[in-house]
Amino acid sequence: MPSIMGGSRSQGGVVTEKDQGQHEDGFLRRLWRSVFRGPIVPATDRDRRWIVFNTLLLHFRPTQLPEKTLRFTHTFGLGGMSLVLILLLFATGILMMFVYEPSPDAAYESITNLQDDVLFGRLVRNTHHWSANFLVGVALLHLLRVFLTGGYHPPRQFNWVVGLALLLFILVANFTGYLLPWDQLSYWAITISTAMLIYVPWIGEWLQQIARGGSEISSTTLIGFYTIHTTVVPAALIVFAALHFWRVRKVKGVVIPRREGEPVEDKPAKVLFLPHLLTREVAVACMLVAIIVLTSVFFNAPLGAEANPGMSPNPAKAPWYFLGFQELLLHFHPVIAVVLIPLAAALFFAMLPYIRYRHVDGIWMMSEVGRRSGVAGVVVGFVVTPLLIVADELSSGSADLSSGLSGVLPLVVVAAVIAGFVFGLRRLMAAPKEEIVQAVVILLLASMVVLTITGVWFRGEGMALVWPWEIGG
Amino acid sequence: MTVQPGDQDATTRRSFLGRIWLWLGGLAILEGAWITAAILRPRKERPDADREEIVVAGPVDRFEVGSVTAFPTGKFYLTRVEDGGFLALSRRCTHLGCTVPWVAGEGRFICPCHASSFDLHGEVLSPPAPRALDLHPVRIENGVVKVDTGTTVTRDAFSSSQVTRP
Repeated sequence: MPSIMGGSRSQGGVVTEKDQGQHEDGFLRRLWRSVFRGPIVPATDRDRRWIVFNTLLLHFRPTQLPEKTLRFTHTFGLGGMSLVLILLLFATGILMMFVYEPSPDAAYESITNLQDDVLFGRLVRNTHHWSANFLVGVALLHLLRVFLTGGYHPPRQFNWVVGLALLLFILVANFTGYLLPWDQLSYWAITISTAMLIYVPWIGEWLQQIARGGSEISSTTLIGFYTIHTTVVPAALIVFAALHFWRVRKVKGVVIPRREGEPVEDKPAKVLFLPHLLTREVAVACMLVAIIVLTSVFFNAPLGAEANPGMSPNPAKAPWYFLGFQELLLHFHPVIAVVLIPLAAALFFAMLPYIRYRHVDGIWMMSEVGRRSGVAGVVVGFVVTPLLIVADELSSGSADLSSGLSGVLPLVVVAAVIAGFVFGLRRLMAAPKEEIVQAVVILLLASMVVLTITGVWFRGEGMALVWPWEIGG
Repeated sequence: MTVQPGDQDATTRRSFLGRIWLWLGGLAILEGAWITAAILRPRKERPDADREEIVVAGPVDRFEVGSVTAFPTGKFYLTRVEDGGFLALSRRCTHLGCTVPWVAGEGRFICPCHASSFDLHGEVLSPPAPRALDLHPVRIENGVVKVDTGTTVTRDAFSSSQVTRP
C-alpha cells in the first residue's frame, strides 16, 4: 500500500502533480491522492514531521518538544483534558439542541422528554452535565499548575491572559447553561445570581436588566441565555483555545521542568510530537472519556420540579462555582462581596505576569521555602477560614451587613489574618517577596475552596450553618 | 509644492484617503455595536400603554383588619393594617429576589433563601434584606380595592403615608 504507507516512495512527503506514476494510476487512486497528499501511516521520522506540519489540527502543535516536558506529573495533561471536555460538550450539546425548546412553556417538558423518551437521551444529558462540571475543576487545576510552575513569565505572559479569558468563557457557558432546564434549581439559582448584580454601585440595576433582558427572569432571559450558550460562547472558546494552543507551540512547548539550582538548558533534548506526545495525549483522553461516561451512567444530572416563580425553594443556592461568592455575601457588605473582592481578584490574576518579579519557571513552587510557605498557606486557609465563618455566625449572624460597621469589620479581620501570615513567613522562614506572594495566593485560594465547600455542604434552610447530613431533612 | 514621500506632517492624497478609510472602518464598528445594543436592549411588552396593569382586588369589607391576602397572578400581597388602611406588598424579597411566603403562625413574611423577615407593613424585622418590601399603588374606587401592579414603588422603611385608607 505505497499510497498510505510512508517510506521510499513519498520520502519528501509531498507527492507533486508531476509525479511519475500519475498516468498509470486509476481514478480512485488519483482521488485518494488529491485528498491525502502525503503518507497517512508514517514510516520514518521525516514522514512524522511532515504529517504534523501538514495536518490542519496537528499543526497547532509543535513538531518536536523537549523530552522532559513529556512527564505526566509535570502538566498532568490538564490543558489537553480541558480540550477533550470541550469537545465532549460540543458533541453532546449539538445532540441536545435537536430536542430542546428554548421557551418557558416548553423547555422543561423537552428536557423530561429527552430523558425519558429519547434513546440514550439521559446519558447524553448526563455526559454534558458532568463534562461541564469537570471542566470548571480541570480548568482551575490547570490554572493552578501553570501558576505553581511559573508558566506565566515571559514569553508566556499574554497566553496566561488568554487562559483567563478561556476560564471566563467556561464560567459563562456553565452559568447560561444552568438556566436552560427551567426547573426550580435553575430558575432560582439564576434569580439569586443575577440579583447579586443589584449591589454594584450606580450601574447595578442597569447590569441586572441587561443580564435578565428585563426586570424579571422571562422568556427573553431564556432565549438570551440559550443564544449565548449555544453560539457566542462556543465560538469564543474555539477562537481563544486555538490561540492558546498556537501560542504554546510558538514558545516551543510548556515550561521545562527542572530542580532547584539546575540551570535552564539552552538546547534541551527533543523528541517528536508524533508519536511521543500524541499517543500520551490520546491515552489521557481515552481515560478521561471513560471516567466521564462511567460517571454519567451511574450519576444522573439533577433536575428539580418545573420552575415556579411563586415558590422559592429553601435553601435557594447559586451554582456551586458561585457559592463561594454567595458565602461571602453572608459575611461582608454587599459591595465588598459582589464588586470589590471579585474585581480585585480578577485584576490581580490578569496583572500577575506583568508584576516586576524574579522569573523562576519550571520549578514547582519556586523553591524549598516556596513549597513550605505554600503548605503553610493551605493549612492556615483550611484552619482559619472555618473558624472565622463560625465566629462571624455566632457574633453577628443576624446583623444588617449593608449599614454600619458590621459588613466592613470582617474585611479588617481578614486583612489582619493576611498581614499576620505575611509577618510569620518573614520571621519564621525568611521567605523572599515572590514566595510570599505565592503563599498569599495559595492562602486565598484555599479560603475560597473552604467557602465553596461551606456553601455546598454546610448551608441548610435559610442559609443557616448545618451539618451536611442535616440538609436533606 | 513637492511632498517628500514619508514626510509625516504633509497630507498627501494617499494619506488623506487612508485616513478616510480608517474613519469609515471605525464608523462601521460603531454601527455594528449600535445594532447589537439595539437588539439586546430589553423590549417593552406594550410600548403605547402607560404600563398600568390594574388588578381588581375586591370590595373593602371583604378584607379583615390585620389580614394578608395573596394575589399570585399579580405577584403581590394585599394587607390591611391596624387603622383599616391597605398596602399592596410585592412578594419579591429585597435581598436577592426570592418569593417571600406569609407565615401565618408567626405573623410575618419569612424569606426561604436567607431568612429575612418582614412584618404586615413590609417593614424589615430581620436582615439581610436591606429595604422594606416594595409597594404597588392602591386605589379605592366606590368601595372596591384596586392595585396597579404596573408600577413598583421602592422604599427604605414603612411610613403611614404609604397606606391607602377607605
